[in-house]
Amino acid sequence: MPTAADLGAIILTLELATLTTLILLLLGTPLAWWLARTRSAWKGPIGALVALPLVLPPTVLGFYFLVTMGPNGPIGAFTRWLGLGLLPFSFAGLVIGSVLYSMPFVVQPIQNAFEAMGSEALEAAATLRASPLDRFFSVALPLARPGYLTAVVMGFAHTVGEFGVVLMIGGNIPEKTRVVSVQIYDHVEALEYTQAHWLSGGMVVFSFLVLMALYLLNPTGRRR
Amino acid sequence: MKSSPLLSRAFAALLVLAASLAVQAAEVQVAVAANFAGPMKVLAADFEKATGHKAVLASGATGKFYAQIQSGAPFDIFLAADDETPARLDKDGATVPGSRFTYATGKLVLWSARPELVDAKGEVLKSGSFAHLALAAPRLAPYGAAAVEAMTRLGVLARLEPKFVQGESIGQTFGFVSSGNAELGFVALSQVWENGKLKSGSGWIVPAELHSPLRQEAVLLARGKDNAAAVALMAFLKSDAAKAVIRAFGYDV
Repeated sequence: MPTAADLGAIILTLELATLTTLILLLLGTPLAWWLARTRSAWKGPIGALVALPLVLPPTVLGFYFLVTMGPNGPIGAFTRWLGLGLLPFSFAGLVIGSVLYSMPFVVQPIQNAFEAMGSEALEAAATLRASPLDRFFSVALPLARPGYLTAVVMGFAHTVGEFGVVLMIGGNIPEKTRVVSVQIYDHVEALEYTQAHWLSGGMVVFSFLVLMALYLLNPTGRRR
Repeated sequence: MKSSPLLSRAFAALLVLAASLAVQAAEVQVAVAANFAGPMKVLAADFEKATGHKAVLASGATGKFYAQIQSGAPFDIFLAADDETPARLDKDGATVPGSRFTYATGKLVLWSARPELVDAKGEVLKSGSFAHLALAAPRLAPYGAAAVEAMTRLGVLARLEPKFVQGESIGQTFGFVSSGNAELGFVALSQVWENGKLKSGSGWIVPAELHSPLRQEAVLLARGKDNAAAVALMAFLKSDAAKAVIRAFGYDV
């Protein structure tokens, strides 16, 4: 059976994934909108930056987080100046790491949805004298619903599945930074295979259900 | 196409040459505990110079190596961070019986990258004037377990526990401290020791009587039984030349 420490890790993981997804929706929406609509020369570089975590090993991100957020790093100096202390080994640090790490999984589906809807519906709304804000909330957002569904599911699931970044900046502190993936790693290394099976099996079932729900709710080709 | 006799003779000569090279300079695959990775690199170079055999090193956490060796990982020799894991492999029948020996006894040090943060008597542990104390996960790493033992004997464990940050191996723990993210931490002396003194920062060598001895055992694995290079390396590790290197890195032997 899962122990109290396992349950603590599960709850912490869900908190981290929820908070990360919410922040990414807030940050990702304007970013995706801009990426989908802009003709600026910055579109390429910014798009590439957003996509970087897709190809970089998590160890690269974890390493740079540890170095830049540390007492000798620029971000570390900044957070200290703000009176926040240092980010590594804290839940806030994990949230920031996860937001960057999962960003492409949220921004790209939304951006694709915004691009796919074209500009006709928005122009039609404009001729009806809808304000830009009104056009965004009553036309663009509903049209982008499938993109948002994908973004939420992928952002959440990807954060739950995160390991390398957390391992490198977390410090394995119960109830603060010890998430499920790290807990599994600990069990395996301590040769506690029964405990590892409980959590690992749970992760497999959870991931399968999440992806299946996504494909059932969001069949490709329903729109366009 | 018919091959010319000259070509085939040249080819045969090449084959013989390659085969004889393989006999003379064999290769040994070594799994080495993270804390011993530095000294082992030096020892492997000396070993190659002395015997012509090549030692290929993989360093990592002892518990992980145990699981990998159990599942048939291609290692000939295992230099563990403790004496329990090699004993367990012995019992599993994964080793050459009777090949186990202590190649080094590790020393624990409370270390900080900042000069003067750690005093010569480790009083800083009692003051508790820091935010994070790094140690290797005690469940997984012998150096972490030794650190917890020492803090228990000093009567500071309960007070310091909320400040713990744990690395999965002693290598990662060292990273936490050397990057300054944790002000201080318990690491292996071999990680911060050079030519009889600390490479940098400040430290307190934890007296050996505060924890059970960090005996590190080497074992010849079943796979390495008939490997000349593996047998030679086991012998080399017991030589005086090797012991001198091991001592220089801050171990007892």
